[in-house]
Amino acid sequence: MKKETMSGLFMLVIRRDLMLAMRRRADVLTTLIFFVMVVSLFPLGVGPEMDMLRKMAPGVLWVAALLSSMLSLGRLFSADHLDGTLEQMMLAPQSLSMLVLGKMVAHWMVSGLPLVLMAPVLGIQFDMSAEALGVLIIGLLLGTPILSMIGGIGAALTLGLRGGGVLLSLLVLPLCIPVLIFGTGAVEAVSTGLSVASHLSLLGALLVLALAFTPWVTAQALRISME
Amino acid sequence: MAINWFKYSAPTTFYGLAGKLIPWFGISAAILFAVGLYIGFYVAPTDYQQGEFYRIIFIHVPSSIISMFLYLIMAGYAALGLIFNTRLSSMMATAIAPTGALFAFISLWTGALWGKPMWGAWWVWDARLTSELILLFLYLGYIALHASIDDPRRADRASALLAIVGSVNVPIIYFSVKWWNTLHQGSTIKFSGTSMHVAMQQAMFITLVACWLYAIAVILARVRSIILERERHTKWITELPEVKN
Amino acid sequence: MLEVSNLACSRGDHRLFSGLSFALHPGQIMQVQGENGSGKTSLLRTLCGFLMPDEGDILWNGSSVSELQEEYYAEMLYLGHLNAIKDELSGLENLRISAGMSGIELSEKDAIAALRRMGLKGRELLPTKVLSQGQRRRVALARLLVSDAKLWVLDEPLAALDVAAVALIEELIAEHLARQGMVIFTTHQPLQVAGMEMRTLTLTRAGSGSRGRPA
Repeated sequence: MKKETMSGLFMLVIRRDLMLAMRRRADVLTTLIFFVMVVSLFPLGVGPEMDMLRKMAPGVLWVAALLSSMLSLGRLFSADHLDGTLEQMMLAPQSLSMLVLGKMVAHWMVSGLPLVLMAPVLGIQFDMSAEALGVLIIGLLLGTPILSMIGGIGAALTLGLRGGGVLLSLLVLPLCIPVLIFGTGAVEAVSTGLSVASHLSLLGALLVLALAFTPWVTAQALRISME
Repeated sequence: MAINWFKYSAPTTFYGLAGKLIPWFGISAAILFAVGLYIGFYVAPTDYQQGEFYRIIFIHVPSSIISMFLYLIMAGYAALGLIFNTRLSSMMATAIAPTGALFAFISLWTGALWGKPMWGAWWVWDARLTSELILLFLYLGYIALHASIDDPRRADRASALLAIVGSVNVPIIYFSVKWWNTLHQGSTIKFSGTSMHVAMQQAMFITLVACWLYAIAVILARVRSIILERERHTKWITELPEVKN
Repeated sequence: MLEVSNLACSRGDHRLFSGLSFALHPGQIMQVQGENGSGKTSLLRTLCGFLMPDEGDILWNGSSVSELQEEYYAEMLYLGHLNAIKDELSGLENLRISAGMSGIELSEKDAIAALRRMGLKGRELLPTKVLSQGQRRRVALARLLVSDAKLWVLDEPLAALDVAAVALIEELIAEHLARQGMVIFTTHQPLQVAGMEMRTLTLTRAGSGSRGRPA
């Protein structure tokens, strides 16, 4: 029987979570449908005037992506917590932070990436230009992993609590505001002629920070919650 | 001095110390408030730009400053509690949160009262006010998380972690909100560019100190009641006159 | 070797036990006894690092468990009340993943052999949600066959098992002890290991907490 390495265990966690997501496809789809529905509510609420919708588009799409991510975060640890597999992960012979990062990556692939792919389709409904759509996609590609990771901290802290998803959102949304600001700012910079690159690089910097710190913080939060 | 701190880091001794200190802080706060507000409302001259309404800054500015500092102090106590496992540190963090939230709320409310005569609107998306609003959300999140967890140890440690994550995020959030504000050429609530009259400076400083003293008094009182509740099974609590009735 | 000295634990306001000390050497098996609520599960979970003790130390081969962390986890195995298997996955997938999580790359052949020995022949590929309670427990227990951990911490391993399965587990434990492994466990059903002297640790609720008397 061979021994698993740290990267082996990392890939194992991702493969496992993806396998589980495939068998529970409904969960994946509901997040996506929620995203589409929230975006569609805005024209219904504010009227179909194209000029206004075009202006609102980046904000609407980003807020909807944010809310959809929040919804799906409850699932990050709760199923594993309930059947005891989370405890076993905490007893793994490799760093818990690595395993947590693996779960976050899998979660993003299942909940965040579909949003990134769906967003341009919805952006067309808001008459966004091709260049704006491009910046939107890159921004979401950088930003949605950050949301998964910051949300992971919230999910770990609220593990098993009654307040559930709403409490998690309350804790995590303020922390996600910078991502929202830079993401929408990047898209708006396309039309105002300001620097798109500066916004995107700020997002990139936040992504690097999140990658460096959130797995470890989340691991600590898990240990606190499991006591 | 080092020895003194450790003696008072036990809830038992701190309870007594806090009890003795509260009246001092409370009374001096009341006196300074009276002095500060007198100077602010009567002695300081009418501002040539903003008329009488500006006087609200004597409450608005101190409460903003204090709400921000209290968050950092709360995060500091929370970190101490997490790292060193000291019960009292966690209790202090829990005691600070509601007061911090209150000051954040007062800051927002007085900001609105100030804004209305100035801009005709009850709310302006000024960078500082918006950051203050987010700070209030951070406080409320801390309080909500602590309240949602039954086990006191887990509650303390989880909210401590949240407070630390929040305080690390505060500079990032503030920076991004400022960025957002300048991008959208938002309005800025600023006091008139000219230097402040001496009386105004005095009033501001005095009310700031008064608010601090008030905050300390309230927090000490709250931490005493938290100590009573948490330690209610221990012997020394049952021997206290308040508890024996 | 597992060494516990002066261990004290609480749950919320409630002190469970204090002053607990014992040592478990290779080849030994210890049963933790006590009434419901005396802290048996909490003791086992403290040994796993889930619960922080109020006082005392847990040492593995002389070093503190809280310092060793992953090195300690690599040498121990925990089976609690929960089965730690995913309903949507088959027994085979579950076992290979569990083994992988504890650092062992398990081939399909070996995994199936292990499941067969646990009496799950013909059910290895079914999603575990269609298996009975007892069968799910067997999937969970199959980890004992493929693990190379030296210390087994088992919380009621025999729950939901029938007589044949109980005998099998007793056999597995005997084999493990013969390989110089260690076992510490709790149980509500009688568990006998042939030819093995069972040490006991009794936690009794006595006023302000339990006292442990290792035998």
